Amino acid sequence: MDIQTWTFIIVGLSFALYIGIAIWSRATSTKEFYVAGSEVSPLANGIATAADWMSAASFISMAGLISFLGRDGSVYLMGWTGGYVLLALLLAPYLRKFGKFTVPDFIGDRYYSQTARVVAVVCAIFISFTYVAGQMRGVGIVFSRFLSVDINTGVLIGMAIVFFYAVLGGMKGITYTQVAQYCVLIFAYLVPAIFISIMMTGNPIPQLGFGGDLVNEPGVSLLDKLDGLGTALGFTAYTQGNKPMIDVFFITAALMVGTAGLPHVIVRFFTVPKVRDARKSAGYALVFIAILYTTAPAIAVFARTNLIQSVSEKSYNEVPSWFKNWETTGLVEFKDKNGDGKIQYVQNPEINELKIDPDIIVLANPEIAKLPNWVIGLVAAGGLAAALSTAAGLLLVISTSIAHDLLKKTFRPEISEKGELRAARIAAACAIFVAGYFGINPPGFVAQVVAFAFGLAAASFFPAILMGIFSKKMNKEGAITGMLVGLVFTAGYIIYFKFVNPQANNADNWLFGISPEGIGTLGMILNFATAIIISKFSNDPPLEVQEMVENIRVPKSD
Amino acid sequence: MLILLETNLLLEDKNKRNLYWRQNIRYLLMLLGVWFLVSYGCGILFVDELDKVKIGGFKLGFWFAQQGSIYVFVLLIFIYVYLMNKLDKKFDVEE
Repeated sequence: MDIQTWTFIIVGLSFALYIGIAIWSRATSTKEFYVAGSEVSPLANGIATAADWMSAASFISMAGLISFLGRDGSVYLMGWTGGYVLLALLLAPYLRKFGKFTVPDFIGDRYYSQTARVVAVVCAIFISFTYVAGQMRGVGIVFSRFLSVDINTGVLIGMAIVFFYAVLGGMKGITYTQVAQYCVLIFAYLVPAIFISIMMTGNPIPQLGFGGDLVNEPGVSLLDKLDGLGTALGFTAYTQGNKPMIDVFFITAALMVGTAGLPHVIVRFFTVPKVRDARKSAGYALVFIAILYTTAPAIAVFARTNLIQSVSEKSYNEVPSWFKNWETTGLVEFKDKNGDGKIQYVQNPEINELKIDPDIIVLANPEIAKLPNWVIGLVAAGGLAAALSTAAGLLLVISTSIAHDLLKKTFRPEISEKGELRAARIAAACAIFVAGYFGINPPGFVAQVVAFAFGLAAASFFPAILMGIFSKKMNKEGAITGMLVGLVFTAGYIIYFKFVNPQANNADNWLFGISPEGIGTLGMILNFATAIIISKFSNDPPLEVQEMVENIRVPKSD
Repeated sequence: MLILLETNLLLEDKNKRNLYWRQNIRYLLMLLGVWFLVSYGCGILFVDELDKVKIGGFKLGFWFAQQGSIYVFVLLIFIYVYLMNKLDKKFDVEE
């Protein structure tokens, strides 16, 4: 069977599975809609969290980015996993004990202030929308490349599927679909990686394989080989870094803290029955994430070595067929500058003739390695699962923020349970349409705003929640000014370098050499400092709030 | 008399909670110390020094940055779960 047929069958089957789960797990109360009735087992929640977290970017783009960044790519690997340690140790168990539905709920109650709640709602909605636009786009791209439908049609199909299970099932539907989506995506990620690892190094475990010796050059280690190939073409050796240490440090920290502060990840820990389940399920989540995240750097090394060996100094007429297939999508571009008919792929931009989009590393991997057609169909289904699972989690945060935090808790407290559930469904539906709109008409800055989402989560939510748990005396004056200072500073810095004055976006102009991607860390430090100073000069929080803090610190309720 | 007894019990309860909390903080500092060491230490600050050591085909610093730190993160969470479950039992604050 050809690639198209395989892809239709595998993607079709996976979609049927998601819809089946949606019908089986309809939500009937707001508690089921918001937090799946807090009845999810820690293992299921761990798997769902992993799918929720790993987006189109993790699945499609990350290995490719690392492949071109070499050691500097570690910022993503450590940044997007290390945050779970913070989450498990510092936030998840206490938020579970607090036991309400959303992050703004906690901020509003802990800082006894509607202003704080509204600031948190605005941040949560902003972060989620920036993120979800990218997911919808990802769905469209996978559809157009593998099933040769129009990108917009792809986005519409994706919207319809998410609409079905998010609006119907809420958190309950989303959780169980995410479990299925994780299985699809991890299988799709590992199969090509294992095949290629065996072909290149003889080791079926990619995590070990990329530190092994080459099959066709015994005694030469793969990484040494790659370092040599790269430096010969003028690139920095793969295992050495290019970025200044301070920037690597700050970016890693911003991604870690940002991960721990992302509302769609935090809210997953409200869905388990007990505090001890919240701790354990953070551990499971990281195991399931680590399976993909430790495979990604191996794929990066295999693919980069393969790529250089199969195109560098090769005649254009003799390149493998995948090269020409992907040229039509614009992901690979070749311009024969010196007219010798051969491909010069080198660091020097004057002579370099090849432009490669990082996404190709995962998408074209099965073709580059000459794997069977069904593997290619599987990769398409995996990319869709990754994008859809994250999109659904984000949409739920948006709908909950509107129906619960704004409507129920701020503007119309008298609303009935039924009315609130209806409002949540309508909000979810509207959010899907807005997300779909951004997917079809992507704002040109989607890539840049990802730095935004993490920076803002790091500079606003994380310090406010952390101090809310670990400092009994932190009051609303301190927390609110802290959040605002963190937000304004981080947003201002990113907007200046990304939108106002992009030409100045280089290490010479950066504050202490910190790039906009890493500035959230400094924003977080400013948030902490401001909050602590202000709280020293204003009144202690009311006694019942201090008691509430005492109470969330122990698992047993009084 | 009864009131006095009750306040005594409350005080004792409060004391117990403080002890529980302090032990929790001690665990956190210890685990986060390791967390910092394997990622920011081995993977970033001392990566070049560690790279002089090789295990198999991996330079050690590179391995920590792209593999080792992640494995340690997973371990840390499960050690935390184990320690806290024991602590909860000891102080009788389980759900």
